[in-house]
Amino acid sequence: MNRLLACWDSTLGKKAVMGATGLLMIAWVVLHVAGNLQAFRGAAAFNGYSGLLHGPLHEALILMRLVLLGCLLLHVTASLQLARRNRLARPEPYARTEPQAATMASRTIRLGGWVLLTFVVLHLLHLTTGQIHPDFVEADAYHNLVVGLAQPLAAAGYLVAMVSIGLHVYHGAWSSWRSLGLAQGSSRPLERPLAAALAVLVWLGFSLIPVAVLLGWLE
Amino acid sequence: MNLTLYVWRQASAASAGRLSRYEAADLSPDMSFLELLDVVNERLTRQGEAPIAFDHDCREGICGSCGLMINGVAHGPLKATATCQLHLRSFRDGATIYIEPWRARAFPVLRDLVVDRTAFDRIIAAGGFVGVSTGSAPDANSLPVPKTDADLAMDAAQCIGCGACVAACPNASAMLFTAAKVGHLALLPQGQPERMRRALGMVQQMDAEGFGGCTWHGECMEACPKEISIDWIARLYRDYIRASATRPERVAVEVAL
Ligand code: FES
Repeated sequence: MNRLLACWDSTLGKKAVMGATGLLMIAWVVLHVAGNLQAFRGAAAFNGYSGLLHGPLHEALILMRLVLLGCLLLHVTASLQLARRNRLARPEPYARTEPQAATMASRTIRLGGWVLLTFVVLHLLHLTTGQIHPDFVEADAYHNLVVGLAQPLAAAGYLVAMVSIGLHVYHGAWSSWRSLGLAQGSSRPLERPLAAALAVLVWLGFSLIPVAVLLGWLE
Repeated sequence: MNLTLYVWRQASAASAGRLSRYEAADLSPDMSFLELLDVVNERLTRQGEAPIAFDHDCREGICGSCGLMINGVAHGPLKATATCQLHLRSFRDGATIYIEPWRARAFPVLRDLVVDRTAFDRIIAAGGFVGVSTGSAPDANSLPVPKTDADLAMDAAQCIGCGACVAACPNASAMLFTAAKVGHLALLPQGQPERMRRALGMVQQMDAEGFGGCTWHGECMEACPKEISIDWIARLYRDYIRASATRPERVAVEVAL
């Protein structure tokens, strides 16, 4: 117990926890993309998939939600604590700084985290529980999806959030792997083709749905 | 050539500092960056002003004493080059150059451009060494080391401890330094007995000194005059996680502060 606490107390331990929870959440996000794309197979297929989750797989769904909630809590707690340490580590800023390697994704990772956290709350209220949905029908996931995303404001919000998740995955997938010490040596360590592919897959996969609804492909 | 300099001047650790403007005229492009400061200092001394304090020693890129933030880039615009090896030909005639000290809570400014880097020494003292039995010298090559491991260890052992990684990191993290110092020993047979204790002890000391954490921007690697790779940081994570999970030996590391 002692040694686990000492590990959690260190900057490396917290980053490793962020890495492990981050990768778990990314794995789930990929499943979510695959699930969403069922919408293109029509209302019956999509509602069938949704019914499967809420019917026979109900226990698994609950368990998965608990695991995700735990991951999120650990990930956010560690990031807040690390951000505080990092702020304290340089009390006096430079008059000039010229970043040489940092990417837009790495520099906006914390801001992006806030965007995603806000998005997750709104998204759950919108399409899972329905409080902010204009016409939420229990057990008609396809209807909820299409009607919910037909509002231009909601669709725009989803599209912005998906850019954010793409950037988060681009930096996060790569750095999580490294923070777990799994990366092998490389002559160009900043290159990350796998993380880039994953980021594009998630961004495009998720963005396709609101775009398809707006264009009338899904109705 | 002529340059306009904005140099951080700070009389002591306790006093507040500010950027002062200096005009440097009739410079040779073949002067080193530190010679530029020497020239400015001669003039300041003649005028009865305090010269600009800066750290330097070997002036050939091997000791790690020098280190300046030049126009927002640690060690200036030339890659894989310490400040002492940078020449004025890397700048345009008439350019304006901002010169600031390394900035980190763990590297307090002592005066002008000189910072206290003894935090690095304390990280080394917390495990960056190997125990050897004294007495007669061991036979050469009595411990075989695979060539690839020896080469790789040498990549990390090149670290001169200048602190550019900390200076360049947006989080003022000392991960690249610590990773290099843990990593080169972890590859060699001589480094094995203390390997786990070393990773735990040096990381603990690094955190205690008040450096920030790694967020994988990669700035440290770009700033490093010895081009030490961020792959060493992944190796440090590997050793640290393994040491935390197994802790094969009792650890009694004193945090020296
Ligand atoms: S003065 Fe020795 S490395 Fe620059």
